[in-house]
Amino acid sequence: MKHWQIERDENDLVWATLDRAGESSNVMSAEVLAEFRELLDQLDRSPPKGLIIRSGKTAGFIAGADIQEFTQLDSAEKGRVLIARGWDLFNRLAAVPYPTLSLVRGHCLGGGLELSLACRYLLAVDEPGTKFGLPEVMLGIFPGWGGMLRLPQRIGPTAALDLMLTGKTLDAKRAKRMGLADEAVPPRVMMAAARLLVQSGQPRRKLPLLQRLLNGPLKSIVANGARKQVAKKARPEHYPAPYAIIDLWAKHQGNALAAPENLDRIISSPTAKNLVRVFFLQERLKSFGKESAFKAKRVHVIGAGTMGGDIAAWCVLRGMTVSLQDQGLERIAPALKRAHTLFTRRLREPLRVREAFDRLIPDVSGAGVAHADVVIEAIFENVEAKHALFRALEPQMKPGAVLATNTSSLRLEDLRSVLKQPERLVGIHFFNPVAMMPLVEVVAAEGADPAMVQAACAFVRQIDKLPLPVKSMPGFLVNAVLAPYMLAAMRAVDAGVSAEAVDEAMLAFGMPMGPIELADTVGLDIALAAGKQLADGAEPPKCLLALVEKKQLGKKTGQGFYDWSSGKAKKVGAGGTAPADLAASLVKPLIDRTEKLVADGVVADADLADAGVIFGTGFAPFTGGPLKYRETAGQ
Amino acid sequence: MSGKAIYVVDGARTPFLKAKTGPGPFAASDLATQAGRALLLRQPFAPQDLDEVILGCAAPSPDETNIGRLVSLRLGCGHKVPAWTVMRNCASGMQAIDSAMVNIQSGRAELVLAGGVDALSRAPLLYSDAMVRWFAAMMQMRTARQKLGHFLKLKPAALFSPVIGLMKGLTDPMVGLLMGQTAENLAWRFGINRQQMDEFSVRSHQRALSGRAAGHFDEVVPVVDADGTVYAVDDGVRDDASLAGMAKPKPFFDKKYGNITAANSSQITDGAAWVVLASEAAVARWNLKPLGRIVDSQWAGLDPAMMGLGPVHASTPLLQRNKLTLADIDYWELNEAFAAQVLACQAAWQDDAYCREQLDLPGALGLLADSRLNVDGGAVSIGHPVGASGTRIVLHLLHVLRREKAKRGIATICIGGGLGGAMLVEAC
Repeated sequence: MKHWQIERDENDLVWATLDRAGESSNVMSAEVLAEFRELLDQLDRSPPKGLIIRSGKTAGFIAGADIQEFTQLDSAEKGRVLIARGWDLFNRLAAVPYPTLSLVRGHCLGGGLELSLACRYLLAVDEPGTKFGLPEVMLGIFPGWGGMLRLPQRIGPTAALDLMLTGKTLDAKRAKRMGLADEAVPPRVMMAAARLLVQSGQPRRKLPLLQRLLNGPLKSIVANGARKQVAKKARPEHYPAPYAIIDLWAKHQGNALAAPENLDRIISSPTAKNLVRVFFLQERLKSFGKESAFKAKRVHVIGAGTMGGDIAAWCVLRGMTVSLQDQGLERIAPALKRAHTLFTRRLREPLRVREAFDRLIPDVSGAGVAHADVVIEAIFENVEAKHALFRALEPQMKPGAVLATNTSSLRLEDLRSVLKQPERLVGIHFFNPVAMMPLVEVVAAEGADPAMVQAACAFVRQIDKLPLPVKSMPGFLVNAVLAPYMLAAMRAVDAGVSAEAVDEAMLAFGMPMGPIELADTVGLDIALAAGKQLADGAEPPKCLLALVEKKQLGKKTGQGFYDWSSGKAKKVGAGGTAPADLAASLVKPLIDRTEKLVADGVVADADLADAGVIFGTGFAPFTGGPLKYRETAGQ
Repeated sequence: MSGKAIYVVDGARTPFLKAKTGPGPFAASDLATQAGRALLLRQPFAPQDLDEVILGCAAPSPDETNIGRLVSLRLGCGHKVPAWTVMRNCASGMQAIDSAMVNIQSGRAELVLAGGVDALSRAPLLYSDAMVRWFAAMMQMRTARQKLGHFLKLKPAALFSPVIGLMKGLTDPMVGLLMGQTAENLAWRFGINRQQMDEFSVRSHQRALSGRAAGHFDEVVPVVDADGTVYAVDDGVRDDASLAGMAKPKPFFDKKYGNITAANSSQITDGAAWVVLASEAAVARWNLKPLGRIVDSQWAGLDPAMMGLGPVHASTPLLQRNKLTLADIDYWELNEAFAAQVLACQAAWQDDAYCREQLDLPGALGLLADSRLNVDGGAVSIGHPVGASGTRIVLHLLHVLRREKAKRGIATICIGGGLGGAMLVEAC
């Protein structure tokens, strides 16, 4: 076999190791499944005492199905064939007479988890990299290879639907606690545990009675609750897949083949195609910086405000040692507090939290500059202040270290003029909130050192963000496309449409947050300043000026367009009088600007523009991005 | 002392945080990590370039076994830098420096991070022996009935009277005296009265305050806890210290009839201090700018009941070996365990009988002038996180010498159990 290594040991246990030829990670391609079917045929002829399935990759267990194969699904029939391939095979695996065990070390997602669920035992290796999940919904499809059948049986329908509808993952300890894994063991005993467990004859833990009822006669109650939950986040016309998952589980035992209309709906809607496209766009962003051997260990951040402090904390969370500089320790301390909260939430275990907190070093004197591989400036937006800073930084920095600015409104060409090596400066532009926003714009001014730009991209990958190379133009890509959209939204408010109606129109379009609420969240003073710079000399909207005049700056002051006194925007009614084409008229300037920026060469091509706008603004991913949307809506 | 020169390149300490009610905001290893990482950040070498880390600590918590190694790892020195912990009670931080010196002199190390730490506010409460026996017996009970029977034998008085770990630590294990009682012995021997002790203590606070105002505590690195609270200064120093105030507290150690109070003793404190020690070769290799040099050191033993005179017993041979007199030493840091104990050290050197009988001198050694002693205050005002104090006084002395453009200094400390330690240093 090409992808599987089969070994029968002295105890008559068969070890099937998946090691996909020529790839760094395992996926369940058609070939891999065909070979697995052959293996089952062989074992039918001479059944072993047990079958243990494991991965030969250091990268993880199995990442899921082969997403490349999804791009060829242009008819419902092809979809049916793809589903039947895994559904039938895993049903067969679940029915073999000998005990089976899946030994999972590293990520075990989608089709990989469905394979594991069809085994009698699931043994998890307790390491940070071990993750279980069924993220198909994020690609606009459903786990059709038995996930919808077996995950609810294994962990109960509420927890199973939560995983399938959100795409979130479980670590080894949680998988054990929830009953997904039979055991979670350290790597040093995984082989012994696999050997003993597969021969143990130990019955599967039974679901508690309530969960069995919920997965049986009471399914409709769970399904209704789940539909309500999903409706809060995704509209069926935008995202059919989560609704299909609920129906297939509740009415068809998770068998997608039994309800072809669901499959037709998903295959015929552009959502799945667009989400798969977004997945590949993301892979493309991930490839930036690959050519560079640059690897950062120490980072120095200057400016401990919201952005600087959160950038520093994020870098620490991704394994770096970070010195954080500001004018006084009392300015750095609030950032340390926020960082500690982030570490506690993400790392959970007290020793890991402490270890991270130790690597975030307050540094009023700036001693960390000399050790840093990356220096990021995130001080207030003032050219003179940044000049003074750069003059002081340059002679202290290590040769080859990246010097970056997080500026969103100043020209790199102006900032770098004081440097002896001006070609060294790059922009590494993060978005707020840093921990949530996946995109980082890597800005190259004219004549920038390509090695530095690549190193910056490599650094952005190292901290697990998506780098988007952009040229130095006001607003780069993301802020530049947001500005005319926000302006149009506020013009609508000036024209008498309520803020609530504007936001609702854009939510209905598929945006994650309405533009008015977004302005309140960013801060209206910042929105005004950015607007002035990016609106091509247009008058600022009256509603915005009036609020800024009153020092009602949005969320941070407790009042802006909305009342934020409870911490959330208080919206009263839907305001009623929005014109029918409001969303189209608001999104038009955004798309126009995106087209113009592609034409101006701010980003390399239209696909990258779509990727940037989706990952930088949350622009409705099911549309495939603004330019894709115009292309398809124009048809 | 012969051998290679030992340079003190730089040093840093946390603010000393007075124990208030209950455990303080930082564990000992937290304090040592925060001071150490700030110190290492400003060095031209990386933490991994150190040859070893040595940390003195008298009372690490149960989850800080070999706290020196724990802190070395927390500082990012990496797996390969060896690290260990030394314990010489109140001089643990001085012992760390001494051990580093020996290793540099023998050629086993070139660059060493040495320091001391203690978080006395986190000293544990312990179960009494009676309770421990009760728990042990409970483990033997098998049936529910046996367990219930045993449970009924529990004496609430034993449960609710834990042993205070700190008091155990501050009691001499040989002669059974509290440290403060050994200082009462010294006051009795040299006729030091309450008024003198209180005056000394007020002066300690005043010197610490004026030192702070003049910016003489550059070696202090503020620390921040997980809530974002900043601790920037030694918080036991009182700006309202007065003779009238000092007169109020009752004697703590010899109740009613004694003279030593909580106010004229060093404070129970949490803190950490570090220095970087380097050989001549390491100074050249990393282009370091040393603060000073450690010329020689001395340890001495004496009657545990008179432990406060340890500095006299350690410093005298140190002076003799280096052919120096008390007056040849420009500045002294003599750790202020108790006001009475510092005064007793001065008195002992002026006491013919004591010098003849205990120090084998022909007569009194002479006067150690107040103007050269603890010029920026001491443990009475700043606090005494036991393991850290030995490092603090060496580091601060070097700063004093440099500031005053002086040459020679001695840092010396008394040690519970009847020991004294002293280090002769020179500014670079």
